[in-house]
Amino acid sequence: MTLSIAGVVARPKSAPPQQARKLKLPLRWISPIALVLLWQLASSTGVLSPDKLASPVTIAESAGELIADGQLGEAFAVSITRVFFGFLIGGLAGVVLGLASGLSRWGETLLDPPVQMLRTLPHLGLIPLFILWFGIGEEPKLALVAAGVAFPLYLNLHAGIRQTDPGLVEAAKVLGYSRFERIVHVVLPSAVPQTLVGLRIAFGTAWLSLIVAEQVNADAGLGFLINNAREFLRTDVVVVGLVVYALLGLTTDALVRLMERRVLRWQKR
Amino acid sequence: MAKAVSVRGLTKAFGARTVLDGIDLEVQPGEFVALLGRSGCGKSTLLRILAGLDRDVEGTAEVPGTVSIAFQQPRLLPWRKVWKNISLGLHKPDGREVALKALEEVRLTGHADAWPLTLSGGEAQRVSLARALVREPDVLLLDEPFGALDALTRLAMHHLVEDLWARHKPAVLLVTHDVDEALLLADRILVLDEGRIVATHHVDLPRPRRRASVVEQRTRVLADLGVDVEEAA
Ligand SMILES: Nc1ncnc2c1ncn2[C@@H]1O[C@H](COP(=O)(O)OP(=O)(O)OP(=O)(O)O)[C@@H](O)[C@H]1O
Ligand SMILES: [Mg+2]
Repeated sequence: MTLSIAGVVARPKSAPPQQARKLKLPLRWISPIALVLLWQLASSTGVLSPDKLASPVTIAESAGELIADGQLGEAFAVSITRVFFGFLIGGLAGVVLGLASGLSRWGETLLDPPVQMLRTLPHLGLIPLFILWFGIGEEPKLALVAAGVAFPLYLNLHAGIRQTDPGLVEAAKVLGYSRFERIVHVVLPSAVPQTLVGLRIAFGTAWLSLIVAEQVNADAGLGFLINNAREFLRTDVVVVGLVVYALLGLTTDALVRLMERRVLRWQKR
Repeated sequence: MAKAVSVRGLTKAFGARTVLDGIDLEVQPGEFVALLGRSGCGKSTLLRILAGLDRDVEGTAEVPGTVSIAFQQPRLLPWRKVWKNISLGLHKPDGREVALKALEEVRLTGHADAWPLTLSGGEAQRVSLARALVREPDVLLLDEPFGALDALTRLAMHHLVEDLWARHKPAVLLVTHDVDEALLLADRILVLDEGRIVATHHVDLPRPRRRASVVEQRTRVLADLGVDVEEAA
C-alpha cells in the first residue's frame, strides 16, 4: 500500500482474454480456500491465539452478530457518507481544475505547476495540518478523502486531454467543427479512457484516506468500530471491519469497470 | 471563371529547411490534378497549406471555395458512430439522412451505425471519403488516401473516386506515389521535386481509362521522376 499519490497516472490496462480467464477461474480458488482451511486448523488447535487473530468461523459469527444488532449497518452508513461527500468535493475540484488546465493554455500555465508540486506531498501526511485547520470533527476526514480524490482525477484528466491525437483535431478543423464541437466531440471523448483510470485510482485513494482518517480519530464509522474492538482485543471484529472496507473498495471498482464497459463501447475488444 | 486554387510564389520553410520553394499552381474548377513526387518532397505540406492548417508561409495560397480533405489515415472519431462522423460539422438538421446518402455513394449503407474501429482499412477510408464529399467541396484534397490499401481495394477505390468526381465535379488535388493511379485518374499530373514543380503532364486519354492505354505516357512521367523504365523492366 503506498502512502503517496505521486505517480498515479497509469495507462489503461488491457483486459486478459475472456476465454482463458473463464477456464482458470475454478483452479484459481484452490490455494485461497486451502489457506483459509489452514488458518481454521491453526486456530482450532490453539497454534493461533484468538488475541492475535480470530478463527474464520468466529469472524463469520461476529459478522452475523454485528449485522443483527445494527452496529455494522450504522458504522457502514457513517463511513460511506464520509466517502460520498469527500468524493463529491474532491471530484468536483479535480474535474474543474483538470478541465481548466487541459483546455486552456493560461489555465495550464497557472494551475499545473502548483498542482504538480503539491501532488508530490504524501497526502496522508497532511492529517496533522488538517486537524489543526478543521478540528477533529467530520471536516478533516472529508478534506483528506477530497485531497485523495482530487489529485488522481486532475492528473489523469489533464493527461487525457493533452494526449488527444492532433490529427483528429486537424481533421475537425478542416471539416468545419466549431471550437465548442471540437472540445465536445474530439478532445473530451479522447480523454475519457484515461479519466476513467483516474476515477478508479481516485476510489482507491478515497477508501485509503477514509481508513487512515478514521483510525486517527473517530467516534463513529467503520474505523471507530475497528479501533474500539482493538481496545478489547476483539480481533474478530477488527477483521470484519477490514473485510467490509475491502468489499466497499471492490464494489466501487466494479462500478467503474461497469461504467467503462458502457462508456467505452466504441473500443475494439 | 474564378480559379478553384491559385497559388503564387508559395514558400514554406521549417527552420533552415525550405520544403516548398516558390510554388506556382492554378487549378480550374472541376479539374483533376495529381501530385507526384518522392517521399519528403513537400506534398503533404502543400495540401495542409491549401486546407488552411498551416498559415505560416510566404507567398499566397488562395482557395476561395469550400475545402475538404481525406488524409492518408482515415482520422475518424472512434467514439462516434460512422454516420455521425460524416454529419458532424455539417450543421444540417437532416444530418443522418445526408450521411446515409453519402454512405450509399461509397457503398457502405449497412455500416451507418457501426463504430469506426470495427471497420476494415478500406471501409474506414471510404467513410473518410464520404465525409469529405458530403461537404460538397469546391476543392477536394486527397493525401494518398489509397496508400494503405491492398491492390484490389485500390482498384475499387479508383473507380469510386472517378465516379464521385464525375458526379460532383469538385476540383481534386490527389497526392500519390503511384504513377498508374495518377494516369488513370488525372487531367493533369504535376511532378514535385525539392519543393518545386519540375514537370507538368496533361493526360488527354479518354475516360474510363484502361491500364494498357496509359503505358506509353507512363514511361515519360517516370523519366521525370528519375526512373528509367526500360532499364527497370
Ligand atoms: N512540422 C514539421 N516540422 C519540421 N519539418 C517538417 C514538418 N512537417 C514536415 N516537415 C518536413 O518537410 C518535408 C516535407 O514533408 P511532407 O510531409 O510534405 O512530405 P511528403 O511529400 O508528403 O512525403 P510523403 O510522400 O512521405 O508523405 C519533410 O522533410 C519533413 O521532414
Ligand atoms: Mg505526405
